[in-house]
Amino acid sequence: MDSHADFAIETSDLTKVFGKTRAVDGVNLTVRTGSVYGFLGPNGAGKTTIIRMLATLLRPDGGTARVFGHDVVREADAIRSRVSLTGQFASVDEDLSGLENLVLLGRLLGHSWTQARARANELLDAFDLAEAASRQVKKFSGGMRRRLDIAASIVVTPDLLFLDEPTTGLDPRSRNQVWEMVRAIVVDGTTVLLTTQYLDEADQLADRIAVIDHGKIIAEGTSGQLKASVGSGAVHVRLFDSEQRPEAEQVLSQALGVPVHLESDPAALSAQVAASPAAHKTGERVAHALAELSRSGIAVSDFALGQPSLDEVFLALTVHPTKDHVALKEETI
Amino acid sequence: MTRTQTTLSQTVDETLHPVLFARSRPPRPNALSASLTFGWRALLKIKYVPEQLADVIGIPIIFTLMFTYLFGGALAGSTGEYLQFLLPGTLVMTVVLVSIYAGIGLNTDITKGVSDRFRSMPIWSPAPIVGALLGDVGRYLLASTLVIGLGLVLGFRPTGGVVGVLLALALVLVFAFSLSWIFTVLGLIMRTPSAVMSVGTVVLFPLTFASNVFVNPQTMPGWLQAFINVNPISHLVTAARSLMMHGTVAAGQVGWVLLASAALTALFAPLTMYLYRNKRTSARGGVWRPCTWGCWYTGYPLS
Repeated sequence: MDSHADFAIETSDLTKVFGKTRAVDGVNLTVRTGSVYGFLGPNGAGKTTIIRMLATLLRPDGGTARVFGHDVVREADAIRSRVSLTGQFASVDEDLSGLENLVLLGRLLGHSWTQARARANELLDAFDLAEAASRQVKKFSGGMRRRLDIAASIVVTPDLLFLDEPTTGLDPRSRNQVWEMVRAIVVDGTTVLLTTQYLDEADQLADRIAVIDHGKIIAEGTSGQLKASVGSGAVHVRLFDSEQRPEAEQVLSQALGVPVHLESDPAALSAQVAASPAAHKTGERVAHALAELSRSGIAVSDFALGQPSLDEVFLALTVHPTKDHVALKEETI
Repeated sequence: MTRTQTTLSQTVDETLHPVLFARSRPPRPNALSASLTFGWRALLKIKYVPEQLADVIGIPIIFTLMFTYLFGGALAGSTGEYLQFLLPGTLVMTVVLVSIYAGIGLNTDITKGVSDRFRSMPIWSPAPIVGALLGDVGRYLLASTLVIGLGLVLGFRPTGGVVGVLLALALVLVFAFSLSWIFTVLGLIMRTPSAVMSVGTVVLFPLTFASNVFVNPQTMPGWLQAFINVNPISHLVTAARSLMMHGTVAAGQVGWVLLASAALTALFAPLTMYLYRNKRTSARGGVWRPCTWGCWYTGYPLS
């Protein structure tokens, strides 16, 4: 049976051109059935365009894409009966109530009116939306909206769920709720492809991540591999007195032995600590740098050694473009 | 609710998991069932946003009152007599103007993004549009009832009887359904719902005025009469007038209207479906819009 195929998604040289822009430029991708795959990239990177091609909404201009072994152009119908799409914007009708939206989708998927209503109520209960069932969706809060968007995608549980920026614009609590839902959906065997602008989110949810920029996959791997590829950490320093920044820059670059980046915040500096297999050595150097700052009489209000942010991953991946596609090896962790 | 205090993670554990196992897929609905479901959706929208009809219904009501009382005496000798002439025309004008909403609704679905969900579902692909147009019949009936009701209050007496009025209404609905395919095309190529509204009104106003809705065209210049004679709205008004006032109609008049309806559907329904299937992206999803001749209207730069 094809439902047990190893790969939910396979693309080869997938391309989409809009005018003169190559919105998706030769993407090769394989997503294992039952996994969570994350697309990470800024606005306009091509994430949504890839999803739209995989969800059969947009015809590729070049290359091929298969979903559960079905071609996205020739076998679109077979794919549509196995996937669900939660778009970046409204994926439900804002004028209707939550209940009506779910009944509508239940009917469209072939349920009788009674079944559709039963399933809708079941989902509203499970997603904590029962009280808002008869309220128009436009009066929902952002978090409720997103929960309904996701409920709408599992009226019949799909084998593959596309989530396009599921948490953009949500407060931290709603974001956590959405994450929990995604985890629950995955436990039950659905493959999830999600796009996000936040490394944190990809880190929390995705088994593998593709970093996408200008329509290309510029790096692919687990979140650990991605972070390791840009260095074991980033040092962030914020000074009490921004006038001391030039001095601090000198001290830090000497102590850390790497170039120091001046942030747009006039009191902040950061540095990429070079990749080192021995993490404790990085810690030693960072501690040394802090001591040096204090010895030079530079007052520090914030000092942090953290995992690189998406900006930093991006900077690192785009500043040294050795190849279009950086294949990361397990050993780099 | 008793569960208000539980955290979501408990909810996930206790209630979400069983709910997620709904993998058995019911059989795919047929084209009719899917379309009727979308028709139900359109009717629900009328329930929630009745005020969106205000502008299209307001105009015919204002025109009915204005023409009847301002010009009625001068045009037809008395306001009462003029109303007998005017009201079938107002009915046509109202329903024709309401048909713009077919385009506005479709454009709203696309700009908001919900049409992406419908397009990614395993349903008969024209169903969202066909269903919306079927649901629009509800809108037309509502508008027609208001106009005829107002007419009756003002003194309109349809001597063709109830059957004549219903037949006239049926003919008007058939024409409006066919005309709405023009607006679904506009809805697919315009950038915003309000652009659909403006262009729709700009197209429809000359069409309804350059007809026999308000006055008998005999005193008009020859070139204008020539246009009025081919304007399907004139034929529709003549047929509706005849049915409402006499209960009968010349087969030729009805034939003309049905022919025009068939032609509009044959031309614009396939065009609508072509544009719908090849839609590049939702308007808010990016800058990429299909740039066909619609760019002319929308002012969107030809890339």
